[in-house]
Amino acid sequence: MSESILNVKNLQVEFKSGSIITRAVNGVSFALNKNENIGIVGESGSGKSVTATSILRLIPSSSAKITGGEIILNGRDLLKLSNREMRKVRGNEISMIFQDPSTSLNPVFTVGNQLIETIRAHKKLTKKEAKQRAIELLELVGIPAPEKRINMYPHEFSGGMRQRVMIAIALACDPKILIADEPTTALDVTVQAQILNLMKDLQEKLDMSIIMITHDLGVVWEMCDQILVMYAGRVVESAKVEDLYHNPLHPYTWGLLESQITESQDSHAPLASIPGSPPDLSYEIKGCPFVDRCPYAQDICHNEAPKLIEPTEGHAVACHFQTETEKLERRENAYINGDTIRS
Amino acid sequence: MKRFLFRRILQLIPTLFIVAIIVFFITRMLPGNPAAVMLGPQASAEDIAAYSEQLGLNEPLHRQFFDYLGNLVKFDFGNSLSYNQPIADLIMERFPNTVILAISALIIAVIIGVPAGILAAKKQNTFLDYFITTFSLVGVSMPIFWLGVMLALYFSVNLGWLPSTGMGSLDNGLWDFLSHLILPSIALATIPTAQFARIIRSSMLETISHDYIKTARSKGLREFIVINKHALKNALTPLLTVMGLQFSNLLGGAVLTETIFSWPGMGLLIVNAIEKRDFVVVQNTVIFIAVIYVVINLIVDVLYKVVNPKINLDSDKGGA
Repeated sequence: MSESILNVKNLQVEFKSGSIITRAVNGVSFALNKNENIGIVGESGSGKSVTATSILRLIPSSSAKITGGEIILNGRDLLKLSNREMRKVRGNEISMIFQDPSTSLNPVFTVGNQLIETIRAHKKLTKKEAKQRAIELLELVGIPAPEKRINMYPHEFSGGMRQRVMIAIALACDPKILIADEPTTALDVTVQAQILNLMKDLQEKLDMSIIMITHDLGVVWEMCDQILVMYAGRVVESAKVEDLYHNPLHPYTWGLLESQITESQDSHAPLASIPGSPPDLSYEIKGCPFVDRCPYAQDICHNEAPKLIEPTEGHAVACHFQTETEKLERRENAYINGDTIRS
Repeated sequence: MKRFLFRRILQLIPTLFIVAIIVFFITRMLPGNPAAVMLGPQASAEDIAAYSEQLGLNEPLHRQFFDYLGNLVKFDFGNSLSYNQPIADLIMERFPNTVILAISALIIAVIIGVPAGILAAKKQNTFLDYFITTFSLVGVSMPIFWLGVMLALYFSVNLGWLPSTGMGSLDNGLWDFLSHLILPSIALATIPTAQFARIIRSSMLETISHDYIKTARSKGLREFIVINKHALKNALTPLLTVMGLQFSNLLGGAVLTETIFSWPGMGLLIVNAIEKRDFVVVQNTVIFIAVIYVVINLIVDVLYKVVNPKINLDSDKGGA
């Protein structure tokens, strides 16, 4: 078992709007190992992005609050750090890249300016040295003619090139952890692969771990060692990627896998989808959060929330019917066309 | 850039032509014969008729208008009858005074309004925000003639701290100059200050919600840099627009403020000229102010490019 560098324990995040409290993240725990990548998947609103942004404490303080849990990095609980100490973590020990590079770079400063300020925020370098480092970084992420490009503005770059710049900024201070919040979602399909390959290359070169937030399982197969499936602010299944691929346990994961388009798929066959929508997290959920959409739901699922259990070593699932005594059988086409088959 | 400047200077011609038409005919609509006004109540009918003839007031209106345009094209502003002085000299005498007042008002407005707006946005929905928003609402709705009179009444008449009229001179020391400047520039700065605060607040709020602000924070930058570098520069465009308009307004002569504080600037010049029915002064001063407006707007458009590199001044879609 490799050494874990980041431990998230029982993270709780609430959003408050007037008197309505939404539990966006409800008891999420995971460990990130050195040189390993973890993929967090789930649909919109499942809490995956909030989990990731909470690690850097970047959720908007006016409306959201981390109400519980621990985020341990090198023996320190990030949630207990002062703002000043937290600033030294951001961009230095943990960096983040975002979904849409066209909005996440500041349009009124040159990319060089945005790179250099990051370097100088954490490292004692002169302007000249920082500029040299910035040029090296741009070269590292595969931007041609970096000496020239460094004086250009974000709008003078293509989408893929902008994401490369974002990656260069994120890697400016050799962070040990990179959080990538849907880094390829806003890009063209052809560019997506380039960016993923670049991230993979850099990870090996720079000896870091990546937390990859995505709703694209293909990205996870490609990039990650561990996978965390989130639903309604909770982890419903977590496993090694190959375990989950060959032996998924949670009905929600089954649905996710079925709704992927595969190469062998008959182009006329209907696409599978999970009918319904996730529960409203501003209400207390009594039973399993997936119950209303689960084709396998039973009485107990409505009344009792399943705990996260580990039926096999390193593979956890939150379902009443994945214990040793009760084992749910996965059925073919349970999700096709939204036909829920209730037993 | 060259194309842009050339186009804008070309646009100046129709603008000024239209302004000239409007001012010319509006001044002609003023009641009272200028010759009679200038000669005073004691003048005889013959004197007035003779003087009118001399002034060319008996010519048909269109002749008068074309004469005026002809002089304008030759940059000949003519002579003021009431001041007995070339109008160009009059303007050059008064304009620097207005510039001094306008710049001090603008400085006050920027120094107070911009930080207040930033602060209100940063502390959105707190007491401080409500306080600033309320004050800026009061500020933009403030009747300046009343505020000016109250300032003069309190600080000059009651407390006797500051002079209430006229303009000081540096020859009498810095304090003489500044003390005359303080009250009128405060009165004049009130509306722009409040307006800047409101504009900056709303555009900062819009900017702060952008992704690049989250990026800036994720890089570990200090909050001061996040707000005052990353957010502020993006929030400047709307401020620039309002600032340009306000500044050209101020340069056009703050009629009310200059009248209250007897500040010898463009505003007072126009008011006096209207009272004396000195048409040529009114017309040429207004034309001069129109040129100032256009020039300031041009500068603002060039500044857009400085603030936002995405703006391309030479393309038809761009900032122009």
